[in-house]
Amino acid sequence: MKFLFFLLQMDRRIVFVLVALAVVAPLIMPLNLPIVVGDKVRRLYDAIDQLPARSRPVLVSVDYDPSTVPELQPMTLAVLRHCFSKEIPVIVTTMFPTGAGLARDAMETVAKEYPNLSYGTDYAYMGYKPGYSLVILGIGENFQATYPSDGYGTPSSKLPILKNVKNYDDIAIMVDFTASAAYEVWIMFAHQKYGCKVGAGVTAVMASDAYPYLNSGQLEGLLGGLSGAAEYEKLIGAPGTATIGMDAQSIAHILIIVLIILGNVAYFATRRHREPAQTATPQQGGSA
Amino acid sequence: MTGMELFWTWVAAFLTLSIYSFLYKDNPFYKFAEHLVVGVSVGYIFTINWHQGLHPYLFNPLAASWEHPYNLLRVIPLILGLLFLLRISRKYNWLSRFTIALVMGIGCGTAIPPTIETRIIQQTKASMINIIDQPSLWAGFCAVTILVGTISTLIYFFFSKEHKGILGGTARLGIVFLMVGFGASFGYTVMARISLLIGRLNFLINDWVIGTWNFIAG
Repeated sequence: MKFLFFLLQMDRRIVFVLVALAVVAPLIMPLNLPIVVGDKVRRLYDAIDQLPARSRPVLVSVDYDPSTVPELQPMTLAVLRHCFSKEIPVIVTTMFPTGAGLARDAMETVAKEYPNLSYGTDYAYMGYKPGYSLVILGIGENFQATYPSDGYGTPSSKLPILKNVKNYDDIAIMVDFTASAAYEVWIMFAHQKYGCKVGAGVTAVMASDAYPYLNSGQLEGLLGGLSGAAEYEKLIGAPGTATIGMDAQSIAHILIIVLIILGNVAYFATRRHREPAQTATPQQGGSA
Repeated sequence: MTGMELFWTWVAAFLTLSIYSFLYKDNPFYKFAEHLVVGVSVGYIFTINWHQGLHPYLFNPLAASWEHPYNLLRVIPLILGLLFLLRISRKYNWLSRFTIALVMGIGCGTAIPPTIETRIIQQTKASMINIIDQPSLWAGFCAVTILVGTISTLIYFFFSKEHKGILGGTARLGIVFLMVGFGASFGYTVMARISLLIGRLNFLINDWVIGTWNFIAG
């Protein structure tokens, strides 16, 4: 009984330390737990994988900021690696000012791994363009009028990759990586209005909101959080930071499940032994 | 890793630890890092908008309006944008309403039709069952679950009649679906927060600790 009361009164900082240990230990000593690829990730992989080399380009929009990099950057890198490895042309852009550096960094990181591909012909970085939904609509009307120059200041007319890109008809699929509802704007305008295929990579917080679009076929595929990134890394056979983090994720989840169960057991088991006021508010006073 | 990279890694590590120190209790290091993030973010966003927004799409075309007189039309959005700034004036803040009205009008006009199509019509279509077309028994079960879940949850939010009898039972079923939905959202939220922690701890272990060790060891 004493232990159960201790659980109810436990300082929340003990939980913080336990979670930190649960994350650090697998990072130092990897367990290599299996990663099972889900249907929603495989659908996006298949949609890209079936594209022929040097076909219509894939449009990648990096709509996130540094606060969600641990979740979203691995999936951006994985999708870019997939496209680069299959020599599928890629156009990278961002609707977020804070995503400009991240988008360029992701593209340049992957581009270094594929020296056989050249900028302007196989991939291009269009930079940040203010306007958001108006930009997405603008691409549907005239890509080069919407992006008169790339992110480095080169006129779009001088980029061979954009030579045949007039609008969404010339985009094989667009993939939006975001920690916001930006993917819904792409669905609304790029998919519903112009019929462009849309895939999404979102933070885990956003994933449950995105499922209805997957079910309705408005999304081609969905990567949700770190697990989505790890699954994609497994599919392309290039383990990255998401794969490394999945052991820590699993152990931390087990710890949290155990803590929730223990907390509930302690709450119900000690209910009779507590004062009525305590029963009503067991977590007051800064305890966990 | 170069010396400069190591220096910035130490700065990043210091700021990460300063933010996490809030878990123990509020302190000056946390306050410093918090204010730094806000200041740097505002400065960064302004700079990006200046260089990748205002310059290429406003100032440069206006500067070239001698050759392309059509570019002078960009003065109109410039004036409308400047009217926004009059929000800070007590006397002339009413002028900013023109810009707000324009933005709202364009926003509503472009967003409402696709929103109805995307979030209501297409989602309603996806909730309807076609038992014959289901590829497997499991897919059929999922389709039925979605239909029942959608209807019962909508009935829970139907407040024009007291929730009694069949209506009450269906509404209670709706609560079950809502709870499952909240549980899924909570689980995903835990996953997201742990992912961010993994990202920072991965940085502290590999980039900061091991990176510094490798730099010292040569």
